[in-house]
Amino acid sequence: MINTIFAFLNAAIIQGIPLLYGAVGEIITEKSGNLNLGIPGIMYVGGISGIIGGYLYEHSTSNMNPFLGILIPFLSCLLGSALIALIYCFLTITLRANQNVTGLALTTFGVGLGNFFGGSLLSFFGETGSISLYKTGGYFKAALPFYKNLGLFGETFLSFGFLAYLAILVAIVSNIVLKKTRVGLNLRAVGENPATADAAGISVTKYKYLSTLVGGMIAGLGGLYFVMDYTAGAWTNNGFGDRGWLAIAIVIFAIWKPASAIFSSFIFGGLYIICVYIPGLSSSAKELIKMLPYLVTIIVLILISMRKKRENQPPESLGLSYFREER
Amino acid sequence: MENAAIELKNITKRFGKVVANNNVSLSVQKGEILSLLGENGSGKTTLMNMISGIYFPDEGSIFIDGKEVVIRSPKDAFKYKIGMIHQHFKLVDVFSAAQNIILGYEDGESYNIKKVEEKVKEICDKYGFDINPKKKIYEMSVSEKQTVEILKVLYRGANILILDEPTAVLTPQETVKLFAILKKMKEDGKAIIIITHKLHEVLAISDKVTVLRKGEFIATVNTKDTNESELTEMMVGKKISLNIERNEPENTEKRLEIKNINCINREGVKLLDNISFIAQSGEILGIAGIAGSGQRELLEAIAGLQKLDSGEILYYNPKTGEIDNLVGKTPLQIRDLGVRLSFVPEDRLGMGLVGNMDIVDNMMLRSYRKGKTAFLERKEPKDLADTIIDRLKVVTPSTATPVRRLSGGNVQKVLVGREIAAAPTVLMAAYPVRGLDINSSYAIYNLLNEQKANGVAVIFVGEDLDVLIELCDKILVIGAGKITGIVDGRTATKEEIGLLMTKTDKIGGAENE
Amino acid sequence: MNSKTEHIKEPLFHITKRDQMIWYKQWIIRTIAILAALVVSGIVIMVLTKYNPLKVYAEMFKGSFGSSRKTWILLQNLAMLLCISLAVTPAFKMKFWNLGAEGQVLVGGLASAACMFYFKDSLPNAVLILIMLVGSIAAGIIWGVIPALFKAKWNTNESLFTLMMNYIAIQLVSFFIMVWVPSGSSVMGVINQSSEAGWLPIVFDQKYFLNILIVALLTAAMFVYLKYSKQGYEISVVGESQNTARYIGIDVKKVIIRTMVISGGVCGLAGFLLVSGTNHTISKELAGGMGFTAIMVSWLAKFNPVLMVITSFLIVFLQRGAGEIATAFRLNESVADILTGIILFFIIGCEFFINYKINFKKHKEVK
Repeated sequence: MINTIFAFLNAAIIQGIPLLYGAVGEIITEKSGNLNLGIPGIMYVGGISGIIGGYLYEHSTSNMNPFLGILIPFLSCLLGSALIALIYCFLTITLRANQNVTGLALTTFGVGLGNFFGGSLLSFFGETGSISLYKTGGYFKAALPFYKNLGLFGETFLSFGFLAYLAILVAIVSNIVLKKTRVGLNLRAVGENPATADAAGISVTKYKYLSTLVGGMIAGLGGLYFVMDYTAGAWTNNGFGDRGWLAIAIVIFAIWKPASAIFSSFIFGGLYIICVYIPGLSSSAKELIKMLPYLVTIIVLILISMRKKRENQPPESLGLSYFREER
Repeated sequence: MENAAIELKNITKRFGKVVANNNVSLSVQKGEILSLLGENGSGKTTLMNMISGIYFPDEGSIFIDGKEVVIRSPKDAFKYKIGMIHQHFKLVDVFSAAQNIILGYEDGESYNIKKVEEKVKEICDKYGFDINPKKKIYEMSVSEKQTVEILKVLYRGANILILDEPTAVLTPQETVKLFAILKKMKEDGKAIIIITHKLHEVLAISDKVTVLRKGEFIATVNTKDTNESELTEMMVGKKISLNIERNEPENTEKRLEIKNINCINREGVKLLDNISFIAQSGEILGIAGIAGSGQRELLEAIAGLQKLDSGEILYYNPKTGEIDNLVGKTPLQIRDLGVRLSFVPEDRLGMGLVGNMDIVDNMMLRSYRKGKTAFLERKEPKDLADTIIDRLKVVTPSTATPVRRLSGGNVQKVLVGREIAAAPTVLMAAYPVRGLDINSSYAIYNLLNEQKANGVAVIFVGEDLDVLIELCDKILVIGAGKITGIVDGRTATKEEIGLLMTKTDKIGGAENE
Repeated sequence: MNSKTEHIKEPLFHITKRDQMIWYKQWIIRTIAILAALVVSGIVIMVLTKYNPLKVYAEMFKGSFGSSRKTWILLQNLAMLLCISLAVTPAFKMKFWNLGAEGQVLVGGLASAACMFYFKDSLPNAVLILIMLVGSIAAGIIWGVIPALFKAKWNTNESLFTLMMNYIAIQLVSFFIMVWVPSGSSVMGVINQSSEAGWLPIVFDQKYFLNILIVALLTAAMFVYLKYSKQGYEISVVGESQNTARYIGIDVKKVIIRTMVISGGVCGLAGFLLVSGTNHTISKELAGGMGFTAIMVSWLAKFNPVLMVITSFLIVFLQRGAGEIATAFRLNESVADILTGIILFFIIGCEFFINYKINFKKHKEVK
């Protein structure tokens, strides 16, 4: 029984990590007033970019350097996610296109990119079968060497690759930046009231671009974690599923606070797989249990709208483009 | 002579074909307060927006301390220690005062909100502000928000302060406080420009006055060498005799009786404080008061758009002789009672009309429910649109033009035309001539007079006292949600009304104590 | 901008909002955008596959219209996407971001499938179909109206709410499939294969004819509803300005709820057509992302039902065509999504040039 609970906690964290990246990325983006519904697509692109980087490196040398084995997929993931987030930026910020429509198109595009390269990368190089970068995956999965000495605790909470810890670090740092720094203050002002920020001499465009790009890159890391750590370097089309939307749900659940997103992600990760750990569930009941994360999100959404506490509302200009000379 | 703190030379700014500023020059010394005087739409705010980097002048140059500068953005303006306090506050609601004050300010120090709060306190002590730097903006009163705006520019070490109609939203006591603070700043060597159209304030606070009229520079005079009538003449061009016709009311009878209505907002401020009056048919009842004293709430309450906490609004139906209480009824229910109420709201394109719809569809707003079928009948509205365009000389390419594309005067004619076409028994108009040129304004006055002659009870909310005095039969003055007096339009003087407007017992509620 | 900035008296260009652009100019810009997108897509195809893009486009065309069967499939897909686009349109016109069409279609389909599954051939087919139709529309309405109620009452953010409702609907479908399929497989076979109970009848020898006809009628009806009915007028007013709506006595809450009843109801109808008229079964992928694509179709057509025929055709053609070339050139079928994405980006982006004007300024030197 205890073992099951710990195994569940461990699985909840593993499931929670990609969600955490996605959620933190989206929070940072939304803080600038951009509702980026392209995050699910960006996460796919992040994953496949990492795969491509890893694949190219793994196939260029027989003598792999672990450091490069991590660095190359990592950087290619960041690059890929940034490039696709840039499309969103250019369309919504520079060309002031509708954010919802652009985001949805980006998700279509990003998921398509991921699945396209995931499905045909090997054939480009004349190979067949499916992608499996077990060496690169191995580097990413490398855990702290001493966790095994810590028994059940170590197994449950310390058995992860470095990307898991990085996720938590990114969330904490984001929280500090948003709350305690000038950059964070400016960013929040842009999302709350861009006209005010503009009048205060803050470049609305710059902040929107930066936060959306950084947010996209962070979300992309969620995809990287999934393909490198969770599936150990293997790609399956649509394998990432609808986790991207779940990440957007967490943003609401965590009421736009990166630090709260840490636990929220683990809770959602847990809800996502809890059906496996409840003994005696019928397969149909499992499907009902899987509704929980979305149901909980809706309840939170309703509660914050009922309570109307100003600090808990979405950034005021969320979803709107800013045009200085608008009447 | 010492270089001026700021000097504008021959500034011109056009928006499309409209010339907002034409060849305007002014200068302010350190330790001097300049009033920028002009009517609504005279180009005061546009001019100041060019100093604060929001607009860029088409022609002309700006000098700071004798050096020519280019101000391309608000950031550039900060660089030259220029701070503008806008009429519409630019504050982030969920931030604290201190957070708003530091926003966008790179002082080279590391960010520490505690230190900011302390420094804000220091400035407060120096000039006599009273504010808690930790308080969130959404919890603040208007005057507190204005204080934050002023602190914001002082914190940045601004030497040149521009205040855009700072007293428009303040109670008289708050105005007195503000002026005391401005005087302290002046002693401190700041150059201050106040945009205003209130003469008594100009005389009370400033050293110099620059007058603009319709974007043109008129003159700069020393305050001590001038007086109210001279300034007025410069501002409006000639001694103001508007020659609006006014006939004796005929066949007056009680149409609308407002009895002790009260309206309290969420923060507990009394928007309407025990208001009672009677509007008679065949009469124009004027409502005067400082902007935001409850005029909007009053009209919306009558129209069924504003919830009241207590009181009665009684309508005396001329057809049936019945008396109906309108309180608690929706606009539709009011209409269904047979009350023929027309309302020209202050916000024309945001409330009275739909900017993106064409004139015909806007005509339908009031009448689209007509007919038994589920479908719209566009024939009548089209005819009405044609009639209004023809009768009121609306300049428009066609009836299919979105009203957003019409000029301000034409928009207003469309709106007033539609409201009058409903053959009302009560016609309410809020600031119907705001932003309109002289000809359009007179066209509107004539329409109101025509309605009066038809036996309509007209309620006219205005800001220009001269117009109120010449047009209205009775003038009701309100201050901070209270009626401070009712005067006869034929005998009242501007001074009398001005005094009533600023009559200040118990104004503002507990918040400002 | 560049190192010369300090000599330039003002920014190089500035952007202003345009008054309305003449309609044919708008369409010229949109056409240019689509052509540009096709060129970019061609380049992408060439880079990825090394095939001549013209040949690929020709193949796409053949794939969509190559045979009468393919044309009918294209028309059927077009009809379904159009139906869902029509469904979301009244809500969008009201500025209610219904991102939940996917879920509303699913529950509609689920209701139909449930009727087919439980009633089997115990009822006359016409009665069964009628029950299914009513059930589907009702289910769609319920799914659509829940977020609307909260929007009306507490102004709860509808785009996030409806988005979440999609996933609840997906799980609901998964749940019922698990209940209905005894083997524990997550795939539901064709329901009532032998009796064909609850299947829409085949008219004129064409399986999809009825579907297409219904959607064609619906398109006309929606066009008339939005443009000529009092309710449609109220939707426009609420969408443009809630303040104006209040001023003329429109009950905004009522309009929000009523419009979402229509939006959800038409989605439910789409679910019915997909189950009863097309697939004769239910799966999580019933809507297949059309709920989201529909949003783009509706938006690109500026909420005009007739233009939506064109925009949904464009998207369906791309997807069908790309699907065909994927087989023909042994590409991954996701190439369809990539091409759709590229076209959408261009069309979304070109709206900027319709709504805004870029004013280049003459440079003036400071002496």
